[in-house]
Amino acid sequence: MVNFKPTEEQELVRETMASFAREILRPRAREADETGGVVPEVVARGWELGLVQSMIPEAQGGYGDARSALTSALLLEELAYGDLALALHLLTPRLFTVPLVVAGTPAQRAAWLPRFTTAEVAVGTAAFVEPDWDFDPTALATRAEPAGADWVLHGRKCLVPLADTAIGLLVYATAPDGPAAFIVEPGAAGLTIGEREKNMGIKALATYGLTLDGVRVPAASRLGDGAAVPALLDASRVAIAALAVGVARAAFDYARDYAKERRAFGQAIAQKQAIAFKLADMAIEIDSMRLLAWEAAWRIDRGLPATREAVLAKDYAARAALKITDDAVQVLGGHGYIRDHMVELWLRDARGFATFDGLAIA
Amino acid sequence: MIDFELSEAITNSRQMSHMVAEQMMRPISRHYDEHEHEERPTEFWNTMWSVSGKTPLSGGKRAEGPSEKNLAMCVTVEELSWGDAGLYLTIPNPGLGGAAVAAAGTPAQKERFLARFNGGEPKWAAMAITEAGCGSDSSAIQTTAVRDGDHWVLNGTKIFCTSGLMAAEKSDGFVVVWATLDRSAGRAGIRAFVVEHGTPGMYVTKVEHKLGIRASDTATLVFEDCRVPLDNLLGSAEIPKTQQGFKGVMATFDATRPLVAASALGVGRAALDFVLETLREKGVPIRYGAPAHKLTALERDVMDMEAQLEAARLLTWRAAWMMDQGIHNNLEASMAKAKAGLAVTNITQKAVELLGPLGYSRRLLLEKWMRDAKINDIFEGTQQINQLIVARRILGYSSEALR
Repeated sequence: MVNFKPTEEQELVRETMASFAREILRPRAREADETGGVVPEVVARGWELGLVQSMIPEAQGGYGDARSALTSALLLEELAYGDLALALHLLTPRLFTVPLVVAGTPAQRAAWLPRFTTAEVAVGTAAFVEPDWDFDPTALATRAEPAGADWVLHGRKCLVPLADTAIGLLVYATAPDGPAAFIVEPGAAGLTIGEREKNMGIKALATYGLTLDGVRVPAASRLGDGAAVPALLDASRVAIAALAVGVARAAFDYARDYAKERRAFGQAIAQKQAIAFKLADMAIEIDSMRLLAWEAAWRIDRGLPATREAVLAKDYAARAALKITDDAVQVLGGHGYIRDHMVELWLRDARGFATFDGLAIA
Repeated sequence: MIDFELSEAITNSRQMSHMVAEQMMRPISRHYDEHEHEERPTEFWNTMWSVSGKTPLSGGKRAEGPSEKNLAMCVTVEELSWGDAGLYLTIPNPGLGGAAVAAAGTPAQKERFLARFNGGEPKWAAMAITEAGCGSDSSAIQTTAVRDGDHWVLNGTKIFCTSGLMAAEKSDGFVVVWATLDRSAGRAGIRAFVVEHGTPGMYVTKVEHKLGIRASDTATLVFEDCRVPLDNLLGSAEIPKTQQGFKGVMATFDATRPLVAASALGVGRAALDFVLETLREKGVPIRYGAPAHKLTALERDVMDMEAQLEAARLLTWRAAWMMDQGIHNNLEASMAKAKAGLAVTNITQKAVELLGPLGYSRRLLLEKWMRDAKINDIFEGTQQINQLIVARRILGYSSEALR
């Protein structure tokens, strides 16, 4: 029966994340973007929030919350509303833990997940995107070749967050039998972590390039079965769509408030249809993005085929977020271009949604 | 709990509506487009009338418990408009006139005016708002209502009245006419009056020729000293200092805008289904998830059309669901209408373009769907009027602050 109301539990998650985003993330967003750093206090507060531990089963010391892509979509929107780069920093361990929860073998879960449920912050990450113009998420250039009982990995990766501090990396590659992912430890022979990358947006999030030059991993490090990776990609698409909603909504709220304050020709610029109609379109598109993301997430939770819906939701959200953040800059005019205001940051962040991939955190 | 699965009851009625659309509407679709309203699809009407009351479209019978009435109507309207949006508009039912009675009438008025739709011969009810000099700015209405003893006397000319001919002259229906009690009172003076079919002083003087939805009659109605009983006024005759009275009538649109959006969805889906089917027959796949550099322009267009249509559908369902839940949906209804009207206008135009000569030919229905789709961006509030309503809501502005 069609229903647009989140459960009480989901509302609680949403409110908790909204106040965290408002009180902890947003006030530090500008400085983090300028300095490229995340203050330890934010990381500690994020860890206390249980973003990583919540989905880890109780048997491995987590809270054992049932996985719900829909609840994740609500959570991700709120965190990204606060700040995308800081949110991604806090969520980065999920790039490693969520695929293990969803598709890992019992041995992988037992070996790795307890390390993410301690009081100390633990970082895991994933390497998915590759530094080529013709990067194809459905046919990764990184190869996994069988070698006796082991796998040998060759390839290059980029946009790997927090690779320098991760205790475990999930490396996506193409195996002879299809898409696959492998757990790689940071000191593995043949693995080189490059310099910190310089990106247009999400500047507070440290990302790195990787080179895998014959990295040998045991057979037991391969994640789940062959079907695992396509399903994780659907979760990634929903996650990206939900994050895009948060960034777009941040820009919309800011532009709306500014337009009501700013006066020209004797009235608030929001009272002029050229501005008011732009804001109306932004609001309609934000709701469109959100509902498409929800529907795709709902399909994942129901166990229905979700690739088509997730692809459409992600592509739509990536485009709409870019348009909305650009419109927000435009509403502020010259002021939108100045770094005293937040909107230019959101425009730079939103440009990334078409590039981000492999964010299986939902 | 968030859920996108239609209930069993709605799924069943959708199947029934789809059968009607496919078997009764599609085969006569081109004929009534070509012949406009000079011929009448009486067989189709009689069938639809005989099942009315059993379909969500009638809106007559209310289910007990949590209602899904508005959502059910939206789903039905999408299916029927998938069949033919023009023919859908001609289906004998309470229509917009009935919606106005339901929104602004007293219980006694609802009984008096709506009971007729439960049996007998097919009937229509229409709504007459637009005048030559005013469309969306209904506060500028020039048609007057003056009290004379036990009657209101109406004078003025209304245009663009959907099913006006059927409601006023060709059935035992009625027309809900918006008129002003006092021009100096602006919107606060506007009231809605029920004028029964055949009332002396009401004349149909013109039936329009249109770009699309040609099967549907769009009438000009002239009122010359047209007398209606006092209690044919919907709501109260008192002119308040606030705009309460006007708002009551305007509330009609919160219920009808999702239905217009739903009709748009049906036309858009017809076009999109046809494009997808043609591509499938030709062995052209749509590769969801393929990287940007591998996608063809055609695949990009099709995926965009699919996402736009689904976004419009979800906004429409949400507006209807809110209505069913008794949640004020003025903002969401306008969002759905604005999105669906524009999305489907674009989708149908793109569909004609994608299929080249097939799209442009009157041998197929694509060009008709493009013409039919456009009305959804215009009637029941143009795209721009709905943007204005959304803007006022999100900015917290009155109609004075944002004009």
